[in-house]
Amino acid sequence: MSAVTRAEVEDFLYMEADLLDNWKLAEWEALLTDDAGYYIPANDDPTGDHRKSLFIIADDRERIHQRIIRVMDPNCHAEAPKSHLSRIVGNVRILSQDGDTITVAATFVCHRYRRYERMGEYVGSTRHILKREGDSFRIKERRVFLKSHELGSLGSVSFML
Amino acid sequence: MPGNGSYVIDDREKGIFLLDRSVHVSEEILREEMRKIFGKCWIYVGHASEVKKPGDFVTRKVAGRPVIFVRDQKGQVRCLFNTCRHRGSIVSAERCGNARRFMCVYHGWSYGNDGSLARVPSEEAYTDAFDKADLGLKTPAHFESYKDFWFMNLDPDAPPLGDYLGRTRDYIDLVVEQSPSGQMEVLPGTQEYDVAANWKLMVENSVDDYHLPTTHSTWLNFMRNSGVVMEPPKGAGMVLPTKGLAIDLGNGHFTTDNVNFRGRPVAAWIPLYGEEAKPEMAAIRAELVERLGADRAKRVADTNRNLVIFPNLVINDGSSVTIRTFFPNGVDKMHVTAWALGPVEESESARARRLDAFLTFYGPGGFATPDDVEALEMVQKGLANWQDDRWSEMSRGMGHEDGEQLNSDEFHLRLFWRKWNAMMGEQA
Repeated sequence: MSAVTRAEVEDFLYMEADLLDNWKLAEWEALLTDDAGYYIPANDDPTGDHRKSLFIIADDRERIHQRIIRVMDPNCHAEAPKSHLSRIVGNVRILSQDGDTITVAATFVCHRYRRYERMGEYVGSTRHILKREGDSFRIKERRVFLKSHELGSLGSVSFML
Repeated sequence: MPGNGSYVIDDREKGIFLLDRSVHVSEEILREEMRKIFGKCWIYVGHASEVKKPGDFVTRKVAGRPVIFVRDQKGQVRCLFNTCRHRGSIVSAERCGNARRFMCVYHGWSYGNDGSLARVPSEEAYTDAFDKADLGLKTPAHFESYKDFWFMNLDPDAPPLGDYLGRTRDYIDLVVEQSPSGQMEVLPGTQEYDVAANWKLMVENSVDDYHLPTTHSTWLNFMRNSGVVMEPPKGAGMVLPTKGLAIDLGNGHFTTDNVNFRGRPVAAWIPLYGEEAKPEMAAIRAELVERLGADRAKRVADTNRNLVIFPNLVINDGSSVTIRTFFPNGVDKMHVTAWALGPVEESESARARRLDAFLTFYGPGGFATPDDVEALEMVQKGLANWQDDRWSEMSRGMGHEDGEQLNSDEFHLRLFWRKWNAMMGEQA
């Protein structure tokens, strides 16, 4: 497997950010591997294991699917009307490449607006485990680390962060 | 205060109960609540398992007071005000840790983890009247525990905690009895979030099962999608597949007591847990039956209970066990802290199941809590019309208050408001 370049990974993460910001969740779901996981540890235990520590989100592949059904349902009141999201992804680094498996770190700021109000900024970093597939990637694991000590006025994580 | 010195209209003859909406928007009422409610009641501080070893501490704000919840060198759990006796700085800025001493960074006064003043730099500058023995960190008037749940009370004249908790103790026991050794522990990972709503709306929401079918329809869909059979409600007034009651526990405390349909890590299997979980869950139940007898085991394993200990502690024993407490941060904002609780001897697989079940419903990323938050925030927004639309209607189930009350009635919400109203009416 040839070495993956940072530019390729950046393009992928920017494309992913665009899908999430614009609620194109079916397209985003198509990027997941069959065993994909999506994790947001508690603010005060970022290195925790979701089997031992209370997370904010710890979804296996089926739970991600159910989460997408839920958040796209008009009866998901926390996201009806949908949040306006805009995230800036930066500081992208390839941490390791082992065959077709690439681990990628990035930082983000995700701005959220709802009900004609500014809800605040979710600030943190992500760690993706990507699988090389043709000239693109699939997501095997997506882990989001929040920098704030607590969610506080950010309230819920009712969208795909 | 409106007519008759009361924030409620409680007409038992007509079966009408109305609540004055000023209680959720008035700054003056909030100031009074801090004195008359939070200054008088037993308020939850923390669980003993958060401070397992001598020197373990956590800092938090309880009823607006910065405190250090700590186990001292002798093993005694204490609650110390996090305020230096010298000039008032907090003496610990860490959220948690292990320390023998807390040193104020301003002038260096340092305190033992029992709160005693241990060292004052260049002490010789003081007169003989300066007595270090009188200058330990201050503490709430009372600090007591029941089954490892520690509470403080700021009122010197408060009744003992046991008297205050009264019949809630049986419902705490039902939670604690999940553990073969009777020891539960708070698990790592804290969920802390604000809700832009008055704190009392969370009390109502925590036990109000009337809202489930509408607020949580996406959660009910998720349960169905996961293979949980949802029978349509059968009885009059019922809104959920199984029957649930609202129970008065006295002193402003109350609980729901529901026949389980949604699965319980201890110990009622649903397809969501996977086939592989069946043998272990059967073993957990067998242990319950052997230790507690068939009837009590059924109470522990087959009922869901959302317990409110007046005014602001909620212990939900449902899809998982959560301790939830919340404090006002202004009239239209509250700060919520939620923890997961589990038996200390739980296996790795059972612990993982408990944590996963927690996230199916509870918390800022759960499949239900974000919609509760949304509902409460929408209430708070609507209450901006309170001066022209003064009363909230809370009469559901009022026609049969002498008899059985359903979890979908508003009986238990009225219990809260009657207690709150009585305490606010007292001179203090």
